[in-house]
Amino acid sequence: MASSKSSTDEFIKGLWKENPVFVQVLGMCPVLAVSNTAMNALAMGLATAFVLVMSNIVVSSLRTFIPKQVRIATYILIIATFVTVVDYVIQAVSLELYKALGAFISLIVVNCLILGRAEAFASKNTVARSTMDGLGMGIGFAFALFCLGAVREILGNGSLFGVALFHDSFQKWVVMILPSGGFFTLAAWLLLFNWLKQRKAKKEATATLALRKEVA
Amino acid sequence: MSPSELVSPPAPPSVWHMYRAMVGVGVFCGLLIVSVFQVTLPVIERNKAEALQQAIFHVLPSARTSAAYRLDEAGGFKLLEGDAAGEQLVYAGYDEAQQLVGLAVQAQGMGYQDVIALIYGYSFTEQAIVGIQVLESKETPGLGDKIETDPAFLENFKGLDVSVRGDGSALANPIVPVKHGEKTKPWEVDGITGATISSVAIAALLDRSAEYWVPRIRSNLGDFQGEE
Repeated sequence: MASSKSSTDEFIKGLWKENPVFVQVLGMCPVLAVSNTAMNALAMGLATAFVLVMSNIVVSSLRTFIPKQVRIATYILIIATFVTVVDYVIQAVSLELYKALGAFISLIVVNCLILGRAEAFASKNTVARSTMDGLGMGIGFAFALFCLGAVREILGNGSLFGVALFHDSFQKWVVMILPSGGFFTLAAWLLLFNWLKQRKAKKEATATLALRKEVA
Repeated sequence: MSPSELVSPPAPPSVWHMYRAMVGVGVFCGLLIVSVFQVTLPVIERNKAEALQQAIFHVLPSARTSAAYRLDEAGGFKLLEGDAAGEQLVYAGYDEAQQLVGLAVQAQGMGYQDVIALIYGYSFTEQAIVGIQVLESKETPGLGDKIETDPAFLENFKGLDVSVRGDGSALANPIVPVKHGEKTKPWEVDGITGATISSVAIAALLDRSAEYWVPRIRSNLGDFQGEE
């Protein structure tokens, strides 16, 4: 079944249908911890996406070279390498961003999303398809983090990307910036996503029912 | 079940194959990390030096150039050439006329979550701390991190008295934290409601650092004047 899918399908599925955060609920540690501002969330999402794409490319191109017995150790080695690369690059780009993301950059190594894609997808598919899969999943992850980060920053700090949105009299919801705010926001987004999904399923069901009646 | 379906499992790959994969990937990864490190190192060091320079000029607003000095064992200050990192360093700030305006000193101490590191500016003419900038802190967002943003709190450090006793051996008055709105003396730090531990920590670490540095700096003022 998987082989009938085009590369575009592999790309699209990560964005919406199999979104790593809203559907698969993977990699919750950075999702909850670094989504306190839109900027942090986006940077973390892009860093993870880069690691995901690169590890998918390397793992899929080496898939015949790596024996099954040592695959997990080798995958971790590859992932850790790209995480270190990202770590240096972020330090070179902006020290402030590096301080804000802190230990969570190194923790991309143990993000189950990345090892999961390497094991479940890249090790069984061609380089081109794995790249598309990594891109889709990575952008889906960054998008989800941004959704959380934007809501938390707007409500908790009254700003978006550091630009104040409200009048001074706006009472900041400090709790949204604190860890508990991450849970609240995630819950709200999951609720919205599942509601949309259910509504769509219901609509499709009634449409097929109506069609059947017409045929009868 | 037909006999053809009863295939024996494939033979495990030879040890050689496993070594080849692990060592091969390891070497590739090692080379990649080293090359990225080499490429980014100068940029990272420049960023760090720039951040420190900016912090020095932030806490000593009238300074235009700065130089790093190290406190040597004899108790005097020596101009540091090149690498401006390490312990026992102070940064002297000079204005356009190359006149010494003050010193920037790094200090750190335990906050609510983790160590708070900051840099403060000491002015000779005012005998006071004239500015602080937090370099590193993991204080609670929205509460403890007000030590960096709360204007009323930062007002404390526009002229926090650290004058020394007549004999120059210690501070005349230790820096003490007080509750918000109860500040009456120039050496008191007006705290932040809701961030008591963080604001008290700032006062304590400044007191400890000023107690150590200010008498030493004042007794060696000549060391900084010669540098042009």
